[in-house]
Amino acid sequence: MFKILQKTIRTGIVTTTYPSKPARISDHFRGRPSFDFEKWQDARPAADECPTGAISWRDTDDSRKVTVDYGLCVFCGLCAEASPDQAVKITKEFELATADRGSLILTAEYTLNADGTHRKLSAVSHGRVNADSDVQSVGAKARETIQKLLGRSLSIREVDAGSCNGCELEIVALNNPIYDIERFGIHFVASPRHADMLLVTGPVTRNMELALLKTYRAMPEPKLVVAVGACGISGGIFGENYASLGGVDKVLPVDVYIPGCPPRPQALLQGILLAVGRLREKRYDEHPSR
Amino acid sequence: MNLATLFGTLQTKFGKQVESMHAEHGDEAYIFLGDPNIRPITEYLRGELQARLVSVFAEDRRSREGVFFNYYVFEQRGDTQFLIVRAPVPAADPRFPSLSAELPAVNWQEREIQDWFGLTAVGHPNPRRVALHDNWPDVHPLRKDFPIDTVLPPFEGERHIYRPALGEGVLQVPVGPVHAGTIEPGHFSFAVAGEPILYLQLRMFYTHKGTEKLFEKLPIHKAVFLAESISGDSSFSHGTAFCQAIERAAEIEVPSDALIMRTVLLELERLCNHVADIGAIATDVGFVVANAHASRLKEMLLAANEQLAGNRLLRGMVCIGGVRRAWGAWQVELLRVAIDAFTREFRDLVALINSSESTRDRLEHTGILKPEIARDLGIVGVGGRASGIDLDVRRDHPYAAYRHLSFKVPVYQVGDVWHRMQVRIDEVQESISMIREAASRNLSGQFRVPVPPIPPNRCALSAVEGWRGEIIHWIRTGSDNRLERCKIKDPSLNNWPALVEAVQGNIIADFPVINKSFNLSYSGTDR
Ligand code: SF4
Repeated sequence: MFKILQKTIRTGIVTTTYPSKPARISDHFRGRPSFDFEKWQDARPAADECPTGAISWRDTDDSRKVTVDYGLCVFCGLCAEASPDQAVKITKEFELATADRGSLILTAEYTLNADGTHRKLSAVSHGRVNADSDVQSVGAKARETIQKLLGRSLSIREVDAGSCNGCELEIVALNNPIYDIERFGIHFVASPRHADMLLVTGPVTRNMELALLKTYRAMPEPKLVVAVGACGISGGIFGENYASLGGVDKVLPVDVYIPGCPPRPQALLQGILLAVGRLREKRYDEHPSR
Repeated sequence: MNLATLFGTLQTKFGKQVESMHAEHGDEAYIFLGDPNIRPITEYLRGELQARLVSVFAEDRRSREGVFFNYYVFEQRGDTQFLIVRAPVPAADPRFPSLSAELPAVNWQEREIQDWFGLTAVGHPNPRRVALHDNWPDVHPLRKDFPIDTVLPPFEGERHIYRPALGEGVLQVPVGPVHAGTIEPGHFSFAVAGEPILYLQLRMFYTHKGTEKLFEKLPIHKAVFLAESISGDSSFSHGTAFCQAIERAAEIEVPSDALIMRTVLLELERLCNHVADIGAIATDVGFVVANAHASRLKEMLLAANEQLAGNRLLRGMVCIGGVRRAWGAWQVELLRVAIDAFTREFRDLVALINSSESTRDRLEHTGILKPEIARDLGIVGVGGRASGIDLDVRRDHPYAAYRHLSFKVPVYQVGDVWHRMQVRIDEVQESISMIREAASRNLSGQFRVPVPPIPPNRCALSAVEGWRGEIIHWIRTGSDNRLERCKIKDPSLNNWPALVEAVQGNIIADFPVINKSFNLSYSGTDR
């Protein structure tokens, strides 16, 4: 007993100050790739390298549409290596959680050159996944009520709907003395019946579809769903195939999406606090209307 | 026995059945049979040569060679060669003799072949589905004529029928697939008589996501990232195993500095997971303070991971031909400092655990896996070494820079939770000294080489000792920068039956700690 106390006292307080102060992370951390669409001469080499198809392009006549989806990105940095002119840079930014799946998708339109490269940017815009704006506003209203109800204390039930367990490692880290999620009144609970939030990692496999639905149905109203990681958002590198349905929103209504592969604990924290209205979404340069 | 002698002996003994034999990449010996009858040669290899059957898997070669092939990978004690026996399975009569009755270790692997390729394991003691759940339609996803994006109709009917628990006072306790904690999904069905567990039935493959099939679709350089997602906690080990396989097939010489860097990172991955497991084992018997320290120690390593690889799980670092970035002198120095701090703290952690008699009391004699049973089940890795199975790919089939490093392989005979933790503690010490030794080298040389076009139709086997145990990747390259086949074997697949054995007779309250002491990967199993 004495030994334990001695060790505890000698160790001192190790908990981070995030999010009240910015996270202290390594300079070498690979976060969000940022795109200087103006400067970008050719998106094709980056798209060729991108392992998950987060960067894609389509040509029609003399124009090219380039799409970047942070919901698919695994933050590997290959796009930056493949793009000359420093048009793509790897940043340390990781606070990408959002309630709007569409805001993770950027589209740039270009005029094509004869040699296949492109020039002159004509527009950058957000993608729209939820075209049905009614659904969104209903969601927003429900979220307000939930935030009032659950803002102070929150119970989370985690469901691995098919992940590689990478996201689980970082979710478990939320309970360690460094990230200590309990200091926000947030607890992980064993039963969906006690849960306000379902934190789901993916991709949702055919074999987990039913278990995920049943867990969701067992939760009392009101309830939140947070999709974690590239696979939870979009299916990630697994995408959709005979055994994988893709992202969590193929099965459940999702309130907040947390990009990453896996999202680091601070990113998870940001997404969870965002879902209960205790943090705001972060704005980045490329997001014209966010 | 050298290879020429072995080939000679096999030729005399099995005559016409052996069609041809050849060696590849230095330590892969391929023995091609003319018929599916694998039994006699298996008996000889396992009996007279004391070889161990490492892995069994299949390949659909109907379009090129008119048949399916089954592969049986063997290894011999003290020999770095893998013996890979290939037996054809005719498309018109897709049956092969099952070895599971004498060799329980291949039980699941043969059933995977049944499910994924539609070949029948004749004489299998339990031929029910394993990899596809019972409610799946009659499909065989790894057949070449099954498109990966096939949309299957909604599943109906029973997922799995468990053996009923019979007898007075015997209860069946179902758990999962969604568990109480933040862990992966799987279903456990316990038959209990009062407190003690009579037997445990497992249902896995809930996280099956078509990984092996997807390896045939992705361009090879992108598939490295898929390999990193086979089991997140072993991202670097699986990533390395995959890159090694491609490098062998394409005869790419990886620079020696890159091999040292890979070794350092493989050992860092081992440290992270071992220290986390030690903490988790302590938690499961109520010693949460130890876990608080263990998870803090793990965070120290993760911070170093990020400095060295840009990612806490070491993702995006390994690549075909080496590693993706060089290390500056400051990074090597940082590694040294981190390891020094970790070493001090780890000593304290072990002392803390050893000072807690109640912890020791709960862990000793709990969840015993006897060495004989471990051998029959083909248990590998940490779980095997705690039960007398002296295997370690780093020593037995050296890769990366392991042939230049000295290290001990801890082996115990007791096989309880305490000793599975002890194996981890010993291995942490070994990893520390290996990292120190490797980091003392000058690492300013070349860290990757350019990758030439990957030639088609080359086969290669790659083995890595992940922190959990033996990882095997086997590939056949295709044209157009794609693979024809990629077989993945995570050590978890072998080791689940060990859990079933180890829990018998223990009380259900000890299940979590026994399970944690093996800490198997569901995703690695299910793929
Ligand atoms: S960093 Fe993201 S967008 Fe860039 S190549 Fe990697 S996955 Fe694709």
